Amino acid sequence: MTDLTHLQRLEAEAIHIFREAVAETENPVMLYSIGKDSAVLLHVARKAFYPSPPPFPLMHIDTTWKFKAMYDFRARMAAESGMELIVHTNEDGLAQDIGPFTHGSGVHTDTMKTVALKQALNKYKFDAAFAGARRDEEKSRAKERIFSFRTAAHRWEPQNQRPEPWKLYNARKAPGESIRVFPLSNWTELDIWQYIYREDIPIVPLYYAAKRPVVERDDTLIMIDDPDRMVLHKGETVEEKMVRFRSLGCWPLTGAVESEAATIPDIIQEILLTTTSERQGRMIDHDVAGSMEKKKQEGYF
Amino acid sequence: MAHISDRKSHETTPPLRFITCGSVNDGKSTLIGRLLHDSNMISRDQLAGLEADSRQVGTQGQELDFALLMDGLAAEREQKITIDVAYRFFSTDQRKFIAADTPGHEHYTRNMVTGASTADVAILMIDAGKGILTQTRRHSYIISLLGIRHVVLAINKLDLVDYDRAVYDGIVAAYDEFAKPLDFASITPIPMSALRGDNITGKSGKTPWYNGPTLMAYLETVDVAGGAKDQPFRMPVQWVNQPDQDFRGYAGMIAGGTIRPGDAVKSLPSSKESTVKSITTFNGDLEQAVAGQSVTITLNDAINVSRGDVLCAANDPAPAADQFQAHILWMNEQEMLPGRTYLMKTGATTAQATIAAPKYAIDVNTMEHLAAKTLDLNGIGVCNLNLDRTIAFDPYRENRDMGGFILIDRLSNETVGVGMIDFALRRASNIHMQDLVVDKEARASLKGQKPVMLWFTGLSGSGKSTIANALEQKLLAAGHHTYILDGDNVRHGLNKDLGFTDADRVENIRRVSEVGKLMVDAGMITLVSFISPFRSERRMARQMLENGEFVEIHVDTPLEVAEERDVKGLYKKARKGEIKNFTGIDSPYEPPLEPEIRISTTDRTPEEAAEDLLSFLRGRGYIAN
Repeated sequence: MTDLTHLQRLEAEAIHIFREAVAETENPVMLYSIGKDSAVLLHVARKAFYPSPPPFPLMHIDTTWKFKAMYDFRARMAAESGMELIVHTNEDGLAQDIGPFTHGSGVHTDTMKTVALKQALNKYKFDAAFAGARRDEEKSRAKERIFSFRTAAHRWEPQNQRPEPWKLYNARKAPGESIRVFPLSNWTELDIWQYIYREDIPIVPLYYAAKRPVVERDDTLIMIDDPDRMVLHKGETVEEKMVRFRSLGCWPLTGAVESEAATIPDIIQEILLTTTSERQGRMIDHDVAGSMEKKKQEGYF
Repeated sequence: MAHISDRKSHETTPPLRFITCGSVNDGKSTLIGRLLHDSNMISRDQLAGLEADSRQVGTQGQELDFALLMDGLAAEREQKITIDVAYRFFSTDQRKFIAADTPGHEHYTRNMVTGASTADVAILMIDAGKGILTQTRRHSYIISLLGIRHVVLAINKLDLVDYDRAVYDGIVAAYDEFAKPLDFASITPIPMSALRGDNITGKSGKTPWYNGPTLMAYLETVDVAGGAKDQPFRMPVQWVNQPDQDFRGYAGMIAGGTIRPGDAVKSLPSSKESTVKSITTFNGDLEQAVAGQSVTITLNDAINVSRGDVLCAANDPAPAADQFQAHILWMNEQEMLPGRTYLMKTGATTAQATIAAPKYAIDVNTMEHLAAKTLDLNGIGVCNLNLDRTIAFDPYRENRDMGGFILIDRLSNETVGVGMIDFALRRASNIHMQDLVVDKEARASLKGQKPVMLWFTGLSGSGKSTIANALEQKLLAAGHHTYILDGDNVRHGLNKDLGFTDADRVENIRRVSEVGKLMVDAGMITLVSFISPFRSERRMARQMLENGEFVEIHVDTPLEVAEERDVKGLYKKARKGEIKNFTGIDSPYEPPLEPEIRISTTDRTPEEAAEDLLSFLRGRGYIAN
C-alpha cells in the first residue's frame, strides 16, 4: 500500500476544513476572486461535498477594475459549478468614481474591496466566509489561524487568536460576529500549481505567458487591459512583451512578469527558479510596513 | 536550485512538521530565519524588505535580524517578542518542511501549544550562556504531553561562550537527567549559533569536537513515520451528505486505519452495525482509503448515523464513555471553575462537560504533583470530566484525533483549555441509576402541587430572603409543602468548607442545585435564595431540571439601594476592604437576561412581591386556584 502524497494530504486537510465550517456555521459563503487560489478552492469545495453541490454560494467582490479575461472566466466557472454567484460592488464608491488612477491604490483598495466586502457580508448576513489565502503569501498571514475570528465590526484581533490545536476548530460566535475560513492555509504557491496540474483545473489564461501590451511603471509591468481607462504618465510608452501574471487583482495594480512559460510545467519550473515572491507584483502590499496586517484588521479578508 | 524532475521524491514523503520552542530570546525565530536563508528560501524582495527592517527596528546592528522574517505582527516587532505561532514552508532536495515558530513567553503558551499539537519534531532552543530555564522545562513537559517523540536539543549562542565544549557537555548532561521521565524516543543535542550559522546547514569549524549531524542534515533524515494506518479503523462523521433520496453518505477524515467496501463497521455511540457499500469521491469510488484521507462512506443498511458519531471497525471498536480522566492545559485568564459546565469538542462531537476539581496539578519545573483546587492560566493538571452524553474516544496516546479535545466557555465562546483523554472512568457504568417505583409525580400529587424550584437571585441585601420567607408563609397557609434553601444557612453547614473565590462560588451553587433537585424530586416547592452572581451557574441549575421546573426570579435592587440598606453591615466592610470578593463591589454580578419574573423592590413591598409570586404560581398551575 502506498502512502498518501503531499498533495493528497493538503487536499484532505482542506476538505476536512470545508466540511467542519459548513457543519458548524449557519450561512457560509465562498469568496471567489477568480485567481488561481480561488480556482483551487472551488475545486476542493466541489470535492468536499460531492455528490452534493457545495452548500453555499460564491461571492465576487467586484471593483470593476478586474481584467476582462477574469470576467469571462467568472461566468464560465459559475455555470460549470452550478453554484449561485453573487457579485457585489460598492455602489457608493462607484458613484464617486473611485479608481486606482484617480485615488491611488490605498483608497481604491479600501473603498472598493475592504468596504465592499463588509457591505456584502452585512447585507447577506454571512457568518462564515471561505477564502483562498495561504500562510506562505505574507508574514501576517503566516500568523493567522485557519478559522480566523472577526468581531461584529469585521476586525481581526491578531493578539487574541483562539488556540487551534490538532484539527479542532472552535466555530462558536455571538450574533453578528463571523469567521474567515482558510482551507488552503498550509499550501504553498508551488503546491497550488502542482495541484492545478495534477487535477487539470481551468485557470484564467493571463497566468500563461503571451505577447501583451505593457507599460513599465515603478519597476513593474502594467498591462493595458482597458485602453479607455488607462492613464499614461509622461514619458511612458506601451510595448508588446511576452509576459504572464503570478497573481491577479485589479489590472492597474497588478504587475506582470516577463516570462516564456506558456504551460503549467513551464510555470512550475519558473517558480522553482525564481528569486522573487509571488506578491511582489501587488502594489498594495508595499504601501506601508505592516500593510497587510493593517488592512486585515480593518476587514480586508 | 533543483529541477522539477528532482522533486518527485517529495510527492510521497509527507512534509516534516517541526517547531522551535524554548525560552524568550533563546533564538527560535532567528534559527528559522537562518534555515530559510541558508536553504535559499528567502526571495529577493523579501530579503530587501528584511534588510530595510533590520536597519530600522533590528536588534543585530548592521547584520540581518532574522527574527523580523518571522515576527509578522506589528505588536511583535514593536515589543521584539514572538506573540503567536508563525508557519513557514520550505524544502530542500530531500524533504519538504513545515516550520512553526512558537512564542517562548509563558503568557503565550496557548499559541505554543497550537503549533506543537501537529508537530513531529521539536527543536528545543537553549541559550548556552543561560542553560536550562523554567520555560525550557515547561516546553519540554508540554511537548512530551502532546506526544512529540523526537527532540533536538539546540544549544545555541555557542559563539558567546567561545564554543566551549565543557559548557555544551554540561547542558547536555543536565538535560538528559531532567528529561528521563519524559519518555522521548530520541534526544539529539547539536551545538550551534543560529546567528552565525554554525552547524545549521554546514559543519562549523569552530566545533571540531562535535561529530554529530548539522541541524539540516538531521531534519532531512529523521524518521518520524507513525503507524496511523495500522490502527483500527476510525472515522468521526463530520457531515451527512444527502443530495437526494438515493444517496446517503457519511463524510469525514479517517482518523485511524484502513477501510474497504464490504468491511463491517460499527457506529458509536449507538453500536449499530453495517457494512461499507462504497467509498465515494469526486474522482470515482475507491477500492480502499487510509488514515488521513477525507472521504464519503455509504453503508448497506439504513442505520441512523449523524454528525459526531464515529464509524469504527466492527471487530475493534473504540470504547465509549461519559466520564474520563484527562490531562488539561488551561489557557484562559479566568481560572478553570470546577463544577461549571464547559463545551468539550473532540473529533466532530461537542458535548457539555463538567470538570471536577483537579486531582493534582503538575509543577513543570520538578514534575511534582501538587494539590490544587483549580487551574490558572497555563496551569497543567489531571482532572475528571463528566459529560452529558456518551462519546466514542481512544486514549490520546493511542490516537491524537480520537483523544484530544478543546474546552470552550459557553458564554464568551473562547477556547479556554486543551485536553488529552487518559482513560474512561469505570465509575459511570458501575453506579446504575436505581429504578424507583414511587416517582416524582406520585409524590407531588399526594401534596396537591407541581414541584418547582423558585430561584431567587440578586445582590446581597436585595431582599431575596425576605420575599422568599413571605412567600413560604403564604404557601404554608394554603397547605403546600415547601422548603427554603438560603445562602447564609447552607454556608453554615453543607458548604462551610467553601470560600468566596469564583471557583468556590461555582461549587457552592452546584451543591445547592443538586440538593434542590432532590427536593423537587421529592415533590416540594423549593425556594432557593442565593446571590448566585454568574449566569452560567444559574443556567447549570436550570439544565439539571426538567422543563418548567425552574423559575428564575430576579430580585432587582440597584446597588446603591442595597448598599444604602446594608442590613448586615457587609457593604461597609467590603468598601473598607475587610471582605474580599464581595458581589457588586469587587466581584461581578451578572443580572439574568430573561428571568421568568423580575421584582423591582423599589416599588413593591416584600408582601406585595410575595402576592405577585403567588398569582404567578396559580396562573401557571403549580398550585391550585
